[in-house]
Amino acid sequence: MIFAADSAFWQAFTQQTIDGLAFGALIALVALGYTMVYGIVELINFAHGDLFMLGCFLSLTILAAFGLGGLGFDATVKDPSPVYVAVILLTCLLVAMPFCGALNFAVDWVVYKPLRTAPKLAPLVSAIGVSFIFMNVGLFWGGAQDVNFPNLIPDTNLMSEGSGIRFTYKDAMVFGVTVPLMIGLTLFVQYSRLGKAMRATAQNPTAAKLMGIDTNKVIGLTFAIGGALAGAGAVVYALKVNTISYTMGFQNGLYAFTAAVLGGIGRIPGAVLGGLIIGLVRYYGSAYVGETWAGALIFGILILILVFRPTGLLGSTTREKV
Amino acid sequence: MPPILEVAGLRAGYGPIDALHDVSLTVDEGEIVTMIGANGAGKTTTLMSVSGVVRPRAGRVTFGGNDLRTFPAHEIVKLGLAQSPEGRKIFPRLTVLENLQMGAFTRKDPPGIAADIEKMFGMFPILNERKGQAGGLLSGGQQQMLAIARALMARPKLLLLDEPSLGLAPQIVTQIFGVIRDLNQNQGMSVLLVEQNARMALKVAHRGYVLETGRVTFSDKADVVLNDPRIRAAYLGE
Repeated sequence: MIFAADSAFWQAFTQQTIDGLAFGALIALVALGYTMVYGIVELINFAHGDLFMLGCFLSLTILAAFGLGGLGFDATVKDPSPVYVAVILLTCLLVAMPFCGALNFAVDWVVYKPLRTAPKLAPLVSAIGVSFIFMNVGLFWGGAQDVNFPNLIPDTNLMSEGSGIRFTYKDAMVFGVTVPLMIGLTLFVQYSRLGKAMRATAQNPTAAKLMGIDTNKVIGLTFAIGGALAGAGAVVYALKVNTISYTMGFQNGLYAFTAAVLGGIGRIPGAVLGGLIIGLVRYYGSAYVGETWAGALIFGILILILVFRPTGLLGSTTREKV
Repeated sequence: MPPILEVAGLRAGYGPIDALHDVSLTVDEGEIVTMIGANGAGKTTTLMSVSGVVRPRAGRVTFGGNDLRTFPAHEIVKLGLAQSPEGRKIFPRLTVLENLQMGAFTRKDPPGIAADIEKMFGMFPILNERKGQAGGLLSGGQQQMLAIARALMARPKLLLLDEPSLGLAPQIVTQIFGVIRDLNQNQGMSVLLVEQNARMALKVAHRGYVLETGRVTFSDKADVVLNDPRIRAAYLGE
């Protein structure tokens, strides 16, 4: 009963909120990469979701190297200690973030940069091409089946028994990684010299050049940061969901792209807001409408919001004076 | 003394079209030079070619002894050349203060930058009042002041000004031209000024060039240009 405002309802509601926010924070991390790149070169980087997928397989490879099995290797370490798990999590982040950042930077340099002055459709089609290449790399890396990702972080509930709410180590890990990264990014873009140069380049590339900003370098940096965030998202996703596959980049990339559009593409706070909304809608939808309707609900809300606010929730509605 | 800026036989354009066929001009140190001409004559393209945003297809651009064709746009600022571009090109979602900071992007002396920001606020007090506001929310005249101040933040030896009076109230135009004259007389700054308001420009400038469809067709001392009957007929509405 939805309308009975008893404690069981509120418990379930709180639970959906926690799960929704955790999923939303993850999606937001990927959405940031879409929105930052769009903001600066007006390119929808279709390969971004697949970059995220490659980050997941890289994490699995790291876990295998740490003796936890996966990708055909036997698990030699049973019941890893919490310290060992923390070391692995940190290693995954410290390897996957630079890897995905460097890969995204390299793709920009090799594929998109030569097309900077070409019609917008050319880099867009190239991005779809890169997406397929990444997917095939993923297929080669992990095979065509869903791949089990070792369940490293315990599902132990951190809340008291009587509360009826589950907030696990996994949830803590999700927020513990995503929230500091989002705060860090915001501070960087708002206050650092390079962050300001990024915003300036996004708002007027010609003027940015006249200020002495090396816009190609700033664009490359944007790809690198967006890629690194996708790498971090990949580590967290794999450790939370425990199933990865070479096609996961498409579905999650679509959610993230939707989050970016919903929040106002090109706007960093918009991507975070959009991600959280999508996470909440997905979990509320599953609980109160039906699991099968979650996807339809997300895109229904997207359409509804775009009808009334075509530039997204935080996109500018007033035209700037020219 | 060699001129601070020398443009010789410049050809440049966009896509398949050449906007400039043959432009040659010089600016001496401490001089205000103006380029006048109709819409589409190539005034903005000339400035953009000097700044390196548009790459010259032929000809030479020399600034302070450096061949500018070998420098990417973002390195030209460091040589001492700044531009306040056509249409102002303010960063709309950066604050007024951040816009000024961007003007000093190539500089590495925070105390000097802070002092220069105060100087700009002294020159244009309205910018001080609005320093926390987004640049896109300023009025046209305020944006023009911001564009000039932003260019000055690079401490240029040569300032390129593209249509500083466009669309502004006469009072503000007078104020802006006052600032230009002051920078030239008291700080020895060289200025290359592109203007539709030819009369105003020729009054403040030492020399003038007339541009017609991508070619320099006339050049002389500013008062000579100002008194030439053909120029008066074509550009001064007489």
